[in-house]
Amino acid sequence: MAEAAPTVQLLSPDGVLQSDATAEQYRPYIDALSDEQLRQFHRDMVVTRRFDLEATNLQRQGQLALWPPSHGQEAAQVGSARAMRHQDHVFPSYREHAVAMIRGVDVVDIVRLMRGVTHGGWNPAERGNFHLYTLVLGSQALHAAGYAMGITFDGIATGDPETDEAVVVYFGDGATSQGDVSEALVFAASFQAPQVFFLQNNHWAISVPVSVQSRTPLYLRAGGFGIPGIQIDGNDVLASYAVTRKNLDEARAGDGPRMIEALTYRIGAHTTSDDPTKYRLSHELESWIARDPIVRYEAWLRSRGEGDAFFAETATEAEDFAADLRKRTLELTVPSTDRIFDHVYSESHPVMDGQKQWLADYEASLGAEG
Amino acid sequence: MSDESTELLDSVETPGGAEIPVNAEIPLSKALNAGLRKALGDDKRVLLMGEDIGPLGGVFRVTEGLQAEFGSSRVFDTPLAESGIVGTAIGLAMRGYRPVCEIQFDGFIFPAFDQITTQLAKMTNRHEGQVQMPVVIRVPYGGHIGAVEHHQESPEAYFAHTPGLRVVSPSTPNDAYWMIQEAIASNDPVMFFEPKSRYWNKGPVDLSSSAVPLHSSRVVRTGTEVTLVGHGAMVTVLLQAAELAAAEGTSVEVIDLRSISPIDYSPIIESVQKTGRLVVASEAPGFVSVSSEIAATVTERAFYSLEAPVLRVAAFDAPFPPAKLETSYLPDADRVLDAVDRALAY
Ligand SMILES: Cc1ncc(C[n+]2csc(CCOP(=O)(O)OP(=O)(O)O)c2C)c(N)n1
Repeated sequence: MAEAAPTVQLLSPDGVLQSDATAEQYRPYIDALSDEQLRQFHRDMVVTRRFDLEATNLQRQGQLALWPPSHGQEAAQVGSARAMRHQDHVFPSYREHAVAMIRGVDVVDIVRLMRGVTHGGWNPAERGNFHLYTLVLGSQALHAAGYAMGITFDGIATGDPETDEAVVVYFGDGATSQGDVSEALVFAASFQAPQVFFLQNNHWAISVPVSVQSRTPLYLRAGGFGIPGIQIDGNDVLASYAVTRKNLDEARAGDGPRMIEALTYRIGAHTTSDDPTKYRLSHELESWIARDPIVRYEAWLRSRGEGDAFFAETATEAEDFAADLRKRTLELTVPSTDRIFDHVYSESHPVMDGQKQWLADYEASLGAEG
Repeated sequence: MSDESTELLDSVETPGGAEIPVNAEIPLSKALNAGLRKALGDDKRVLLMGEDIGPLGGVFRVTEGLQAEFGSSRVFDTPLAESGIVGTAIGLAMRGYRPVCEIQFDGFIFPAFDQITTQLAKMTNRHEGQVQMPVVIRVPYGGHIGAVEHHQESPEAYFAHTPGLRVVSPSTPNDAYWMIQEAIASNDPVMFFEPKSRYWNKGPVDLSSSAVPLHSSRVVRTGTEVTLVGHGAMVTVLLQAAELAAAEGTSVEVIDLRSISPIDYSPIIESVQKTGRLVVASEAPGFVSVSSEIAATVTERAFYSLEAPVLRVAAFDAPFPPAKLETSYLPDADRVLDAVDRALAY
């Protein structure tokens, strides 16, 4: 069995910078950040929480088919996303809204997906290399491994972290049970691909607790694949940033894949279709609310002298972001039925052409009758 | 249906233990729940396994209350892996259990596709009959619920194409109640496709009569001019179409397929001998489909009775589109009627 290592935590739940040996090891990554960068982490988290709430409300008002909230997981997502370099590629699951926003995806595009007007629709190359959301659990882990293998095969790394590429895949504790995730770990290790497996262990896969998926801390599983694994306090944005930064830079430098398990919690429902009171206890939820990532970070920023003005400004920015999201959501239109047939193949296809024509004629005939 | 399950029940109990009077109208999901409950009660070797089926009772609440009643060694949440669910169900069947697996949504059957098609379907054949595979795989399927990608598909043809699997789909609470028990009683693997848009629709469950055979199709509306065939949620669409046709003076017969593999052709052939016209409808794409198979077979067996070519009304041969387009993608009563008119025009 792999050796257990301490969970990396740089900020305690009450917002005090830690000074144990593990924390000290990651301190230089934090010390290198400017005040503005540190403020940005807060902005990212606050804006994410606010638009997440807005999207949840939009769903309740019948505007979206579904919304999977990221509430509670902001630190894990913001820290890891801010640790990436611009050339990195991201293969998400379906809850990585903060990562998407930070990489340059228009949040309305995620809303479009959840509204049922697209299955994806953005071009990763124009959106910070943030690939499409993947709903079939674990599939994206292999895509990420393949992409990372391709980076290795290209052989263009120069040793400069500013240009050398790496890949991050996001997945949940439930998804770790999928064969695809294990296979991805095997492939990434076999080809020593520059890939970081970023696992958000939010403790629940819908109604199933993580104990059903694993009897060992999940980061220790990586060791069995020959991949270094590390566990972090996923509600600590500084730990998420520093540990991801270090591991990504090691991966891009040719040291092989890495796995990070971020311990966090899904504060909300699995999706707006779910009722978590059916299966989980309120005291567990409360204990995690007490470890809120935003509260903790705000306390630390204040202890460093950040004043009310910044926090008020951020709150306003979040309100504006949410209002804009709502406005643009309500403006979304239903795509034309051509969308059914377009892009099924990359080139013109006789069956698609024929059926598209049939539907057009059919709809015209209905119009004529009506 | 095995003999023991034909014994009459006085009532169906809801998971809470409350009794539903005989012939009460209950939703299809509750009828399945009652059928599963009966099977669990009748045979200790029956197991329910899947994702979120325990305390939550499944995302569609089909297994609600069953873990509380039968315990977590009979009804349990598995790790999140469909290949694992079906693969271990095979081993459990070898050990003498009768596993009933729940796959959460149609689109998530595919991680298990290998275990189902290369292992489960062939195990009896490879053992030359000396090992049997009484495994049921329940799959909520089909559209009309406005859901996101992978949650609205109709993949039953893949399984109908696989020798060794039995494939069925109930369309009413009564069929759901009886067919799930018959599927569990079968010594062969049964793919049990549940039309998820019908889960909430209520209907009577007739406890006083025993089940009709699992693999029989059934005339659900009689008519004389055109025969319509479909399964699952499509049956509702066909009945709507028949109603509309009647208003226009056309008499349409509707057949609920119920079983997709094997297909019970007798009622279909008999109907076509009467009407001379057949329209087969499905939510699945039409290319290489169950509908194609029926069209071919009916053409072979009843050619001289046909007044028109067998017509298919299907979803387009494109991926299931974003939900806002599903009503254009899936056949509705108007598209069925369009085919009825074309058949009559020959
Ligand atoms: C292959 C597959 N099986 C089942 C599902 C249905 N499903 C969607 S999310 C989910 C739970 C996922 O849990 P986890 O991986 O921990 O991620 P989280 O939702 O907690 O972020 C399930 C079972 C799916 N999307 N894909």
